[in-house]
Amino acid sequence: MNNSAHILAKDNDGTPLWTFLREALKPKGKIFTPFNVVSIPIILLGLVIIIIRFAKGIGSVTNLTQEVPWGLWIGFDVVTGVAFAGGAYVITFMVYILNMKKYHSIVRVTVLNGFLAYVFYAGALLLDLGRPWNVINPIIGNSFGVSSVLFLVAWHFLLYMIAQLIEFSPAIAEWLGARRARKILSGMTIAAVIFGITLSTLHQSGLGALYLMAKEKIHPLWYSEFIPILFFVSSIFAGLSMVIFEGSISQKVFYHQINEKHHRAHNGILQGLAKICAIAMFAYFFLQLLVFVHGKRWIFIDSPMGYWYLTELLGFVLLPMMLFFYSYRKQNVFIIKLAAFITMLGIILNRLNVTVIGFRWDAANHYYPSWMEIVVTLTVIFIEIWIFRWIINRLPVLRDAPLWAQQIDSETKK
Amino acid sequence: MRINRMNFLKILGLTGLTITSGKTLNASPDPESQTEFFGILYDSTRCVGCQECEIVCAKAHDLPQNASDDMPVAGVKRNTNENRRSVINAYETKNGEVYAKNQCMHCNQPACASACLTQAMYKTEQGPVIWREDKCMGCRYCMVSCPFDVPKFEYLSPNPKIVKCDMCFDQIESGQLPICVANCPAEALSFGSRRELIAEAHRRIYANPDLYYDQVYGEHEAGGTSFLYLSSVPFAEIGLRTELQKSSYPELTKGFLYSVPSIFVLWPALLLGIFKSTKSNSNIEEEYE
Repeated sequence: MNNSAHILAKDNDGTPLWTFLREALKPKGKIFTPFNVVSIPIILLGLVIIIIRFAKGIGSVTNLTQEVPWGLWIGFDVVTGVAFAGGAYVITFMVYILNMKKYHSIVRVTVLNGFLAYVFYAGALLLDLGRPWNVINPIIGNSFGVSSVLFLVAWHFLLYMIAQLIEFSPAIAEWLGARRARKILSGMTIAAVIFGITLSTLHQSGLGALYLMAKEKIHPLWYSEFIPILFFVSSIFAGLSMVIFEGSISQKVFYHQINEKHHRAHNGILQGLAKICAIAMFAYFFLQLLVFVHGKRWIFIDSPMGYWYLTELLGFVLLPMMLFFYSYRKQNVFIIKLAAFITMLGIILNRLNVTVIGFRWDAANHYYPSWMEIVVTLTVIFIEIWIFRWIINRLPVLRDAPLWAQQIDSETKK
Repeated sequence: MRINRMNFLKILGLTGLTITSGKTLNASPDPESQTEFFGILYDSTRCVGCQECEIVCAKAHDLPQNASDDMPVAGVKRNTNENRRSVINAYETKNGEVYAKNQCMHCNQPACASACLTQAMYKTEQGPVIWREDKCMGCRYCMVSCPFDVPKFEYLSPNPKIVKCDMCFDQIESGQLPICVANCPAEALSFGSRRELIAEAHRRIYANPDLYYDQVYGEHEAGGTSFLYLSSVPFAEIGLRTELQKSSYPELTKGFLYSVPSIFVLWPALLLGIFKSTKSNSNIEEEYE
């Protein structure tokens, strides 16, 4: 993938747009990489399953029941995926609102990641809708269900995708060599960021609020009226752990696109993020403790679900939190990555515990996802990674903006 | 740091956006409304478990009839499903075999209707909670929210519907009785305004205190329901959920929804403030760039 110089030269050389786009659609790099060999068959299989799902109904490929109407596609793809996409609002808050210049080099890739996550996980939501052709109903306004938390979440997904697209759009303009458009779009960044952070606060917590009415259906160790706050606080370190994880992979895979200065700065960025994660996790753990005491939850502890709850909180919140604190003292990047990985597992556990594992935990027939649901989930993730790679290889996301754009930026600063 | 016209308009726009959302629960009863909710009172002491209500319900709503050996048997729980809006179950109790009918409870403030983002699930002014096919997008949030697990989904259809009792809304609108009430040979079911039915239920309890368990199920459960039960035994013994809260389920999300407008007003102002106050440092930390 050492062709960044070639791409850089092509960014704004004035070829007709159509030729340029057709050129851009061609694959770059080797076809038979390990990732491709694994992902292509799964994607093809997943597409077949999706066709079956639309021809024969959701029940033909999923294990959903009348008691458990939301399974893996909602609990993992949407609820967990959106928590991981939370990095975008945290990083834009730090860089644009708090003006922490140190993290500027990772803004674009984080926003791109967040944007794609929303597009694909909202897309996964369409697969789960029984009557997806009516999805426009809550948008066009003939029937607004304004008392629904899902109405709020749906609108916020839509608006936040637009906000993220605006935040990312200068990169597209640089790629196309559109100077005027870039100027206009850059001017909209702050408004989009402020709007985006507000939307994120509300829909990250809103995803938790979706489950507030399922009061008797969720195991009492995971149900409380504080689910929205817990979801919001945990989205901070969920998103940042994803940024650490994704950044560590991108540093290797897209090594040649990143300039020397940013390579050197990366460890410093990771240490900063680790510190924020540690503090956010401390707040989260403390909140969980308060909810535990407030809800007199100790009566549930001595049971299999109780041990499971302790595993989640001690093994996947307290432990990585201490690792983050420790890594910050020791300046050890490996421990940061390890802690981020454990944190991500913990977020998956927590979201699935609320939405799937603890949901109707007492039902006679427990829900387990079918292999086809898992394949479709993997398909969604793999297609997202393909698109991500396609964009990274073409647009100035990890690599530097074209010279003309850099000049404009340095002039406006003066 | 001043508020210029641009920012003022931005904030104004955001405020305006939020005013339109999250003000009222569309599931709550309209105080101005003159009509009372209709309801159905089911007296399990009169029910003989003949399944006539099941048979006429299936016929009236184009659903398949039960298999001939599909009868209520004590110890076997039969459930409503995508082919069956109403079922009769039998329970072995200290008073012998007691029957209980299960169907939509038609809550006063239904969780399903407040959960529905397209108002496909809809609490009518007359009381029945109905499902409207042209609005529903099949998200199944109503099923997640319903404390009674009433809405059922056609999982094996490419054009799936939500199936549940609608209290024969069409019949009610044309001034007729719901089909199960009209055809009950034992007169276990009565139709009327919810207020009258509650009075009638309590009258029966007072008139015959030895026969009845002294409570009307549905009077307070989940904030009150239009379907009401009388029984000779405690309701938990005939499969009804007694652990449910007495206040309505939409109340549970009210706090969250009410916080939305305030966050929409406060957050942008706060973020704008922080942005303006940190902006002045931007030239000092050039070395990070």
